Amino acid sequence: MSLSLEDVSRIARLSRIAVTDAELAATQTQLNRILHLIDEMRAVDTSGIEPMAHAQDVFLRLREDAATAPDRRAAFQAVAPAVENGLYLVPKVIE
Amino acid sequence: MKTVKQLSAALAAGQVSAVELAQDYLARIAALNPKLNAFITVDAEKTLAEARAADAARAAGTAGLLTGVPVAHKDIFCAEGWKTSCGSKMLDNFVAPYDATVITNAKAAGLVTLGRANMDEFAMGSSNENSFYGAVKNPWDLNAVPGGSSGGSAAAVAAGLAPFATGTDTGGSIRQPASFCGITGIKPTYGVVSRYGMIAYASSLDQGGAFAHTAEDCALLLNVMAGFDDKDSTSLEHAKEDYTRDLNQPLAGVKVGLPREYFAEGLAGDVAAAIEAAVTELKKLGATVVDVSLPNTKLAIPSYYVIAPAEASSNLSRFDGVRYGHRAADYDGLADMYEKTRAEGFGWEVKRRILTGTYVLSHGYYDAYYLQAQKIRRIIANDFVAAFKDCDVILGPVAPTTAWNLGEKSDDPVAMYLADIYTLGVNLAGLPALSIPVGFGSNGRPVGLQIIGNYLGEAKMLNVAHQFQQATDWHAKAPIL
Repeated sequence: MSLSLEDVSRIARLSRIAVTDAELAATQTQLNRILHLIDEMRAVDTSGIEPMAHAQDVFLRLREDAATAPDRRAAFQAVAPAVENGLYLVPKVIE
Repeated sequence: MKTVKQLSAALAAGQVSAVELAQDYLARIAALNPKLNAFITVDAEKTLAEARAADAARAAGTAGLLTGVPVAHKDIFCAEGWKTSCGSKMLDNFVAPYDATVITNAKAAGLVTLGRANMDEFAMGSSNENSFYGAVKNPWDLNAVPGGSSGGSAAAVAAGLAPFATGTDTGGSIRQPASFCGITGIKPTYGVVSRYGMIAYASSLDQGGAFAHTAEDCALLLNVMAGFDDKDSTSLEHAKEDYTRDLNQPLAGVKVGLPREYFAEGLAGDVAAAIEAAVTELKKLGATVVDVSLPNTKLAIPSYYVIAPAEASSNLSRFDGVRYGHRAADYDGLADMYEKTRAEGFGWEVKRRILTGTYVLSHGYYDAYYLQAQKIRRIIANDFVAAFKDCDVILGPVAPTTAWNLGEKSDDPVAMYLADIYTLGVNLAGLPALSIPVGFGSNGRPVGLQIIGNYLGEAKMLNVAHQFQQATDWHAKAPIL
């Protein structure tokens, strides 16, 4: 499996990372080397093996339905690039 | 070079105050950090305020065993009021608004923060060359890498800039820098140390742990760091342990397994010789050696380099320039803001892993890559379970070679990934493991022995490491700086 320049552009777009035309070829080369390494595992027979998503058998704990976290909105928004009236500001999405 | 055990005794006896101790370490950091680049942030005022509080606690009779002992925190643990960069331009302007549980626990124990240790960006790397703040130098040889991703933590302890350091280990990021810097480093069983406030890379693999000169000191720091935390959904509901409890047990009857795949082609001769000498020493101490097999060791590399990037691509989607961190200055609309913010804020290794992760999770490739990698993860974990039927701990090298030269592999990510062969399996299985220094390679750089324990077998691993350190003095050797 080898990625074309178009594939790399598409993956970059899905990842929301701008990759310039000048960076595209080097990125393609590196990703293809990584995929080549990864491809070694594709031939392994894993029929009947349960996928392991986690180091232990995880289960979701339940707790009392009670408020535990204090309101720290001001502190959390103090590190935001742009806020107004307690809201995060982003560029206009709807005209 | 003082151990924490010695510092703790000196503090208790009133031979030194926490403020004096902090001043000593801050002076050493000021003198040597320009050479080593082990710290991203040092703030003497904050450190001394914590030290004064420790001295006040001692005067009031409320001091604990470690009150006043200095610690360097990897810059991945959010600490309120401290810049928490994770080694990235993305978080260069981020002052954490809350404490990670590891930080909360360290404060409760009275540890004094010396500063924030350098690291590979978002903990992605095996050489510490991927930091936005520049590479860390290995204290044993300034031309060598210190290992990664917790390279700043390991270099700080090795150079005597901190007696304790925290770190994280997703694919070897505590054990490998401990090995390269000639100190002791432990990664506990997945779920033992809370991940709350620890900036996520690959959540099913990330685990916090400790660096110090000795196994005994690592046990002391792990006592502080570990414990159930309901703020971490994968925290183990497990009774609090004293990790020092078995340190003095004799090794007679302990069975150590040597996986033949860890001593096969690819292991450098000088590393193999140091490991074999350490095994001989353990036999003298009464341990029995058994041959075990981890037949799918090689598959840990592709499995890890699918699973970790997949989880990273999801975790790092939070860095979008909206709620915290870097935002691009010029953009045209929301999508452009995201794309430029992330292009500017992330370095290339982080971008490569996000791109790889996005690809292996994308439609049509999920089964072939991600699911297949998770199945291989199960096979690797099962191999460890089978091996532990025949032994109490597994021994082997941490890395195939001693520390390489700065720049040697920085243009070749795949070559760097291959060097993780002996550490990745432990993370995939969720097992505990540590590294202790056992000698030097032909280039004079340290060699680490990896001791892998069974699930929740930290006390047994630390016992083996401590007994080795009682009989040898590799851990007491210090670089000349």
